[in-house]
Amino acid sequence: MSAVVTDHEHDHEHHDHKPSGIKRWLYTTNHKDIGTMYLVFALIMFFIGGAMAMVIRAELFQPGMQFVEPNFFNQMTTVHGLIMVFGAVMPAFTGLANWMIPMMIGAPDMALPRMNNWSFWILPFAFLILLMSLFMPGGGPSFGWTFYAPLSTTYSSDSTALFVFSVHIMGISSIMGAINVIVTIFNLRAPGMTWMKMPLFVWTWLITAFLLIMVMPVLAGVVTMVLTDKYFGTSFFDAAGGGDPVLFQHIFWFFGHPEVYIMILPAFGIVSAIVPTFARKPLFGYASMVYATSSIALLSFLVWAHHMFTTGMPVAGALFFMYCTMLIAVPTGVKVFNWVATMWRGAMTFEVPMMFALAFIVLFTIGGFSGLMLAITPADFQYHDTYFVVAHFHYVLVTGAVFSIIAAAYYWLPKWTGHMYDEKLGQWHFWCSLISVNLLFFPMHFVGLAGMPRRIPDYALQFADFNAFISIGGFLFGASQLIFVWVLVKCARGGEKATAQVWEGAEGLEWQVPSPAPYHTFDTPPVIK
Amino acid sequence: MALRHKPLTVKLAVTALAMFGFGFALVPLYDVFCDLTGLNGKTAATAASAEAAMIDTSRQVVIEFVARPNKQMPWVFKPEVSRMTVHPGEIHIMNYLAENPTGRMIVGQAVPSVSPGQAALYFHKIECFCFTQQQLAGGKNMLMPLQFYVDPALPSQFSTITLSYTLYDVTNAWQDSSAVSTQPGE
Ligand code: HEM
Ligand SMILES: [Cu+2]
Repeated sequence: MSAVVTDHEHDHEHHDHKPSGIKRWLYTTNHKDIGTMYLVFALIMFFIGGAMAMVIRAELFQPGMQFVEPNFFNQMTTVHGLIMVFGAVMPAFTGLANWMIPMMIGAPDMALPRMNNWSFWILPFAFLILLMSLFMPGGGPSFGWTFYAPLSTTYSSDSTALFVFSVHIMGISSIMGAINVIVTIFNLRAPGMTWMKMPLFVWTWLITAFLLIMVMPVLAGVVTMVLTDKYFGTSFFDAAGGGDPVLFQHIFWFFGHPEVYIMILPAFGIVSAIVPTFARKPLFGYASMVYATSSIALLSFLVWAHHMFTTGMPVAGALFFMYCTMLIAVPTGVKVFNWVATMWRGAMTFEVPMMFALAFIVLFTIGGFSGLMLAITPADFQYHDTYFVVAHFHYVLVTGAVFSIIAAAYYWLPKWTGHMYDEKLGQWHFWCSLISVNLLFFPMHFVGLAGMPRRIPDYALQFADFNAFISIGGFLFGASQLIFVWVLVKCARGGEKATAQVWEGAEGLEWQVPSPAPYHTFDTPPVIK
Repeated sequence: MALRHKPLTVKLAVTALAMFGFGFALVPLYDVFCDLTGLNGKTAATAASAEAAMIDTSRQVVIEFVARPNKQMPWVFKPEVSRMTVHPGEIHIMNYLAENPTGRMIVGQAVPSVSPGQAALYFHKIECFCFTQQQLAGGKNMLMPLQFYVDPALPSQFSTITLSYTLYDVTNAWQDSSAVSTQPGE
């Protein structure tokens, strides 16, 4: 793939008329501005959600009740989860999509720029509402990010309506974002950018966007049912009125399992971009990556009940969901194999994006293995609702999704700012994060296997040493992320000038425009050979 | 919006709306699925016919009776005995005692559940107080009968069936929609 960057592009820089100050950001329909806003928003949410995690770990540092009330502790676990999923990981991916997809496919902007502005700007209000609910009398949501009925209906605080509305807004925002991504990819590819030439980040995001359109409305439906059960006397989930609380779990996980893939497929795309660059070899098995991603997405609709093995399922059902879940490990394994094969005999260098991508491959795979253990129905009876599950999903989400986002930030930062980031600081950030994240999450496997339940502010004495250790890991991991902010600020302000290609082994359209990427790129579509 | 983006955008938006509807469609679908399979332990909401099949004296099934009032329900509510051994096909009557210790009339609705869930399809109620709402004046008590039999087709791996009732206070709903009796187990 290659493109001719014509002088046209440079002409455009002269009439980059954009309003200045806050108006530029409020009214912007530029994909790069919107991408930046999404990324900054995600970073802020990452720190707010992180602060809540610090409260959780402070309370769990010792057995007994130290700092917070149990009800507040539950609000912290709930809102931490909601913010990290819907406020940090998903907006960060949407930000990356906004910035990179048009540049990767040779489009001048997203297809629906005004809707793009809306889908970003409603998001801060969603989280404002959610955070404000914490200050209502009776407190905010305290039923876990999974808001199982009847916890979220009969036993929830009066502020539950605020939780429901904020989830509605988040849902609308991500559906609009997903529509935009799909229309952009379908309609705005440069001539010659055929489906099987699209970079994998574009492919994985395309499939993610379809997942979003399929399941976010189901989430909106289930929160609406919670709303009417709580406030308007319906009985979707209330046995007294003929409903069934188990039905809640079915609908929630019908959304919930595809949702976890929404948070990992773009990560696969990022790693598939970074590994070839720093191994200086084309991606091994491009087509198989595309098929693997699609089959993961399809299978993700058939496995939801692996979250519900203990609800009393008949053996046939348990077996079906167990085998389907295990089947997902096959395409996932294909991906890991392909990344490793890409590196095989490559001329590798180990800049920060590559380090995070390598850590992703190893640690995400550990998370996949614990997932397989959880998928074994009889074993899950032991592991369910313990810290083993917490360890599992933090390996796939923190060292998986979050590490991939950090890797992407380092990888494309020179393209965004026009400056190289500080490599030494970045390496510090990487090593501090790598060590602390394992101190934080690895021991959770053991306390989980030994039976420590999740979402409880107090625990039995035998878990004390491990928990102190885990908390220290947590504080260190939190502190390590401050280095990241330092790197980002430093790089935004200045630094060594980046070339257009930035990385020696980088290939693709985004590396053919100058760094920093001009406000408008590819107003005339590039020619792809 | 550029005209050429419109068809696809509309299609995607309609898909999203359809999926919103699908979420709600899961509610009746789930009920149908559970009715057909008995998976969630719900028993039939209407009476079974009284002509029981042949009595299978070659085996016995233990029926355990569990009854409890819901937290907001002030009645005392319990079965006369907590377990009973029956032959499949035999018709039995079991009485539940209800007492309203408060000073006001309360309407109760009992919701049954059978465990293990797969046995629910084989537990037939000919007559049950759970088919209708029950009124009880303050300070009064009453016996509420359940007439049932176990289907001889009950698979042999089930030797114990637990029938559990939760009793709910539905006085408010009863007053609102006065006398329109709702069907339990829907
Ligand atoms: C090989 C792939 C995977 C398998 C076999 C797997 C399997 C499972 C199973 C069986 C559970 C339920 C455990 C329980 O509650 O008892 C679970 C929970 C979970 N998984 Fe995975 N998983 C896999 C990959 C992922 C990925 C890629 C993500 C996200 C990026 C993820 C996120 C989660 C989350 C968030 C939960 C916990 C939800 C909750 O109860 O709060 N998993 N996984
Ligand atoms: Cu899952």
